[in-house]
Amino acid sequence: MAALSTAPAGAPAEVPPVPPGAAARRRRLVPYWLLLPGILWLLVFFAAPMVYQASTSVQTGSLETGYQVTWHFATYWDAFREYDVFYLRSLIYAGIATVLCLAIGYPLAYTIAFKAGRWRNVLLVMVIAPFFTSFLIRTLAWKTILADDGYVVTVLDKLHILNVTASLGITADDRVLATPLAVVCGLTYNFLPFMILPLYSSLERIDPRLHEAAGDLYARPFTTFRKVTFPISLPGVVAGTLLTFIPASGDYINAELLGSPSEQMIGNVIQSKFLTVLDYPTAAALSFMLMAAILVIVSVYIRKAGTEELV
Amino acid sequence: MEMFEGLSEPVRKAWERSLTNGRASLSRRRVLGAGLGVAGAGALSACGIPAATNNQGGVKSDDLSDKDKSLVFSNWQLYIDMSDDEKHMPTLEAFEKKTGIKVKYSDDITDNVEFFAKIKPQLAAGQSTGRDLVVLTDWMAARMIRLGWAQPLDPTYLPHAFTNLEQRFRNPDWDPGRAHSYPWQGIATVIAYNEKATKGKKVGSVSQLLDDPDLKGRVALLSEMRDTIGMTLLDMGKQPESFTADDFDAAVARVQKAVDGKQIRQFTGNEYTDGLASGNIAACVAWAGDLVQLQADNPEIKFVIPPAGYIYSTDNMLVPAGSKHRKNAELLIDWYYQPEIAAELSAWVNYITPCTGVYEELLKIDEDVANNPLIIPNAEMKAKAHPFRSLSSKEETAFEDKFAKLIGA
Repeated sequence: MAALSTAPAGAPAEVPPVPPGAAARRRRLVPYWLLLPGILWLLVFFAAPMVYQASTSVQTGSLETGYQVTWHFATYWDAFREYDVFYLRSLIYAGIATVLCLAIGYPLAYTIAFKAGRWRNVLLVMVIAPFFTSFLIRTLAWKTILADDGYVVTVLDKLHILNVTASLGITADDRVLATPLAVVCGLTYNFLPFMILPLYSSLERIDPRLHEAAGDLYARPFTTFRKVTFPISLPGVVAGTLLTFIPASGDYINAELLGSPSEQMIGNVIQSKFLTVLDYPTAAALSFMLMAAILVIVSVYIRKAGTEELV
Repeated sequence: MEMFEGLSEPVRKAWERSLTNGRASLSRRRVLGAGLGVAGAGALSACGIPAATNNQGGVKSDDLSDKDKSLVFSNWQLYIDMSDDEKHMPTLEAFEKKTGIKVKYSDDITDNVEFFAKIKPQLAAGQSTGRDLVVLTDWMAARMIRLGWAQPLDPTYLPHAFTNLEQRFRNPDWDPGRAHSYPWQGIATVIAYNEKATKGKKVGSVSQLLDDPDLKGRVALLSEMRDTIGMTLLDMGKQPESFTADDFDAAVARVQKAVDGKQIRQFTGNEYTDGLASGNIAACVAWAGDLVQLQADNPEIKFVIPPAGYIYSTDNMLVPAGSKHRKNAELLIDWYYQPEIAAELSAWVNYITPCTGVYEELLKIDEDVANNPLIIPNAEMKAKAHPFRSLSSKEETAFEDKFAKLIGA
């Protein structure tokens, strides 16, 4: 912008001569000026809190005495040893929820992209519609839907499905609420739109003529999907799984509202350490380890999925 | 001197004297003592209330109350009387009219710990929280006072509160003589059950919640440590007002056994009310104020005062450090200690009133409410009430940590 104002179009001759060196310098600075809002945003809302939390995680003290940085790295090890089960549980629940989201979301996104015709926009609105209500309200609604004497549980019980799930250890006592099943279902439901939308946008870009070409080459519909559609939609799959898995592994609302004490996730621990126990260093250490774990999992995953387009 | 309305003649005179002569706190206390003695409330001085002006580290900031007639009041949701269309708050508006103080009322407190986390950075930095009066449950109020983040109150402006505060709320171990805080409402923690869900079976004790196989997987306990562990301590024959760390561990182990046996379905905050109404939760530890509301809609919900006793606590008004409207806040505290105002408030919010003389006023409003022991406790209920003792900072962290592990986090 600075460069533009020095040379207004249409009156180049009247512009006072600028030393060539200064103009070049200004032009070199333009990209940085344009980046400034983004960089400021990152510094204030990402870098600063990260540094603050990193420092908190190696402090010791109490509310009365204040906290001092004592480079107490043992907090990390202690916290991990004590809460490793919670990490494992969080990653497993989030993983299952992500797979379920993909299994439900892919056919749905495919239908919206290729088969919906004039219903496409209506269906998309229906996918996004739950966002108009608060996350908390939507999760609480599941408490009503899955109530012990409600229709859903009664039917599942009559069909002996609850016996099957109970023998798998994911439900107990002829109920769904306050079991692992309820927590995973809640996670799946709440993060489903984050899976569908990237999938839809990558599927929707696929040229239908590719499908025709595959058919001309004697590919059966399944082969077409396997060899053409799915590989092209892969960036959408990767984006969708990341957008689902990452927030799901840190979530605590679903476990708190739909789970019993044995289904609490690492997010619940961090929340209670920060707010109730007031053990800020451990809370910060737990958050960092969660971030590190997710970072490792995601980088391995992206490498395996091989999506240069995405990163 | 409108603020003395409703007080007996000698008390009023005493207040007027102490105010107009601008005496030192010592002589004011003496005058006050004499006044109260005449008024027949001599019991007050007998229970040895320390000087309310005794500054326990609380920060007093310059008070702009006289110039700036405004007040920011943060309270919990549905915790003040409202008109039927929920647009007016009759008692609060009456206060504004009487005093000319403009109150900005916000119901932005939904959770003690979250609210504390919200205002902590300002308080720690010595800045104003933007609030002049906040309502916090006693253990959180105790923490605020312990940290020196609550301003000491000036009894000069609290004549009604001083006279009418119920005896049993006067000397909590965390704020002797109510130097920094006054109760807004009292809370009783009791046992509740859904008679339909228990198939007519009565539930009468914490032991039954923790052991009865008929209730397996349908019992909820509160995620507030003091309520759940306090009730368990009582059930085990211990005193919540004087237990030891070993007692605490024993109580946690007792509940842990029930958690491991899948007896306990959930540890919840207020949301147990939905589960109790729908029958997902057959029996639970519950707050009495919620039950009054719930019973109105669900007659099958019953409450029980366990023979071993129950836990009571209070939500307390206090002036956070940095507030520049302490006097305005004190006037508001005092306003709610006039029995007719307190009665109007209690009839709407359905919690235990900390103000004496409300029963007679409530009879005029609603006889049922007046005779509900969950709002005006009878002698039997008062005898069974136990507070949870205050904890040192170190104990608080250690106990909360153990309790957090118990509830799965």
